[in-house]
Amino acid sequence: MKLGALSASELTARLARGGLDVDTGPFVVRVETEIPALADELRLLYQDFPVDEGDGLADFHVSVRRPAGPLGLRRWWRQQAMAYLDDVRPFEPLPIGMALPMLEWSINWCAATQANHYVMIHAAVLERDGRALVLPGVTGAGKSTLCAGLALRGWRLFSDEFALIRPADGQVDPWPRPISLKNASIELIRRWAPDAGLSTPVPNTNKGTVAHLRPPVGSVARTGEPAMPAWIVFPTFARDAAPRLTRLPRARAFFKLADCSFNYESLGLRGFTTLSRMIDGCDAYEFTYSSLEDALSLLGALPLP
Amino acid sequence: MDRAVFLRALREPASMGGLAPAEWDVLLRQGRHVGALGRLAALAAGAGVLPAVPSRARVRLEAALEDVEQQHRLIRWEVIRLRRALAGTGLPLVLLKGAAYLHAGLPASRGRQFSDVDILVPRASLHEVEAALLREGWKMEALSAYDERYYREWSHELPPLAHPKRHVMLDVHHNILPPTGRLRPDPRLLLEAAVPVTGDGLRVLGPADMVVHSACHLLQSGEHDKSLRDLGDLDALMRQFGAAPRFGDELAARAAALDLERPLFYALRFAARLFGTPIPEATARAVRRAAPPALVRAAMDRLFAAAVEPGPPQDPPRRTRLARAVLTVRYHWLRMPPSLLARHLAHKIGGRRGRG
Repeated sequence: MKLGALSASELTARLARGGLDVDTGPFVVRVETEIPALADELRLLYQDFPVDEGDGLADFHVSVRRPAGPLGLRRWWRQQAMAYLDDVRPFEPLPIGMALPMLEWSINWCAATQANHYVMIHAAVLERDGRALVLPGVTGAGKSTLCAGLALRGWRLFSDEFALIRPADGQVDPWPRPISLKNASIELIRRWAPDAGLSTPVPNTNKGTVAHLRPPVGSVARTGEPAMPAWIVFPTFARDAAPRLTRLPRARAFFKLADCSFNYESLGLRGFTTLSRMIDGCDAYEFTYSSLEDALSLLGALPLP
Repeated sequence: MDRAVFLRALREPASMGGLAPAEWDVLLRQGRHVGALGRLAALAAGAGVLPAVPSRARVRLEAALEDVEQQHRLIRWEVIRLRRALAGTGLPLVLLKGAAYLHAGLPASRGRQFSDVDILVPRASLHEVEAALLREGWKMEALSAYDERYYREWSHELPPLAHPKRHVMLDVHHNILPPTGRLRPDPRLLLEAAVPVTGDGLRVLGPADMVVHSACHLLQSGEHDKSLRDLGDLDALMRQFGAAPRFGDELAARAAALDLERPLFYALRFAARLFGTPIPEATARAVRRAAPPALVRAAMDRLFAAAVEPGPPQDPPRRTRLARAVLTVRYHWLRMPPSLLARHLAHKIGGRRGRG
């Protein structure tokens, strides 16, 4: 059953009592929250994901609660949201209005710290014709915007944050969760696709204003279909710049890629072997762009390696 | 959360082959909280039950095995660097705890997760060792003047060191218990009885001393969220060494010589209760003489049992939190004379206020 098939009251009740196991593809996430507004946002963003009614084994357990604070005052005044990740609280509480970004960051944190059966790169990943495009980048390089722009025009969304590379065969597993858009990108994507599902923008987070874009239904339906990476493109957004795509030598690409990895260091030999094989099978580029249209046509025309 | 499944997995690894997915849901988290996911994985692999584990849990265990392998590789590399850095001192490199189990090839190192190296040096060589390490690039964590003094005067180790290009912490000990404590083992005995292991100039404590140190560590520490892992170490050491015919006598003699019969009594008692650890008759007889009065013993039994809960370290159940608080007070009581303890507490409490 899909999450969207649950009635609003049923969803709220299950999230509050024991949690709901959401099958996001590579990971089953048990989400638990007593915050009704968060239930509504989850319904909007995760409606196409299956609810795992299976066996009670979840990969990550994320619970967003309202801390009572001294004398229980926080229940009424300046309410907060506190995240419990597998029963541990790694973060300070945030104002309750930031519950959704907090939940999304929490799920990312779980993967980044635990999923060592993958080599994980901080990257957006999309697929066309069975091959994956990997867009690694630091926050602010414009990879989420680029990712949303491509995902809304024919590319299949894998992830806007994680390239999950399988050490066994080098394929990338899709993890098409909501795309996190920041500041000016929110308006840009709204114009790019007026009927895309967007969560309510949350101002004043440590990344500025944040809104999440619902992943395309077609991408969510195909979480079981991995792809071999073909292109590694390091994007840089530069206002008014002419689009420029330049080839990157493999050795340089390797180190840039390792630099963007969450767990390259801790994986040791596994990390090295997996990334070198990936670099050998891909073409790497640096890409400067200022408009989504240019990006769409240039990246869409990349030849197979 | 239920700890019966967790304990049974450690005692009878084959039981992991019959666990339901919902049990793994809890067990994997407990393993992470206690720092024993690698140990569970190694035990499951050793018992040949990995194929029977539900796939979502199995991939995590297999990744944990690889993580441990990489950690061990880093530790071995760090020990090589250490040996080079300290070659000029002419001292043998005496490894303690995890690094010792690893280099001695003991079953206690299987699946053991750790990211620090502990070494033991003669107190007289402490300055020379510190100077050599600093010269070779190791750095000491910046400490407040008070903490610096705490380590230098009242502790049995240097402030933690680490090489900035690697992430392995190094603890340089000159004893296994603080010099200010009630129990004062003579570290010269430990150093004299250290035995060579593979690798130039590397040594580890003798088998009996290793067990006594493990027992000490378990009882004389202010933290108990990882105690189940440490008990697992002790259990593995006892099963390994206890097979030798004279080990029971040797262990009793060493505990007496080092003045550490009381901690050994407690540690073996708890290991036997939670892990079914076999205790040689000669040792049992000897440490019984060092047993505390029945009332104290009963209180410690209850405190320890409550303290070793394999739950999340930040939010333990109430009884666990209470037991840990009492054991922490006991720990400080044992490691410092009352006047020093009063000063230490005044400073820590005052410091906390000042920061808040």
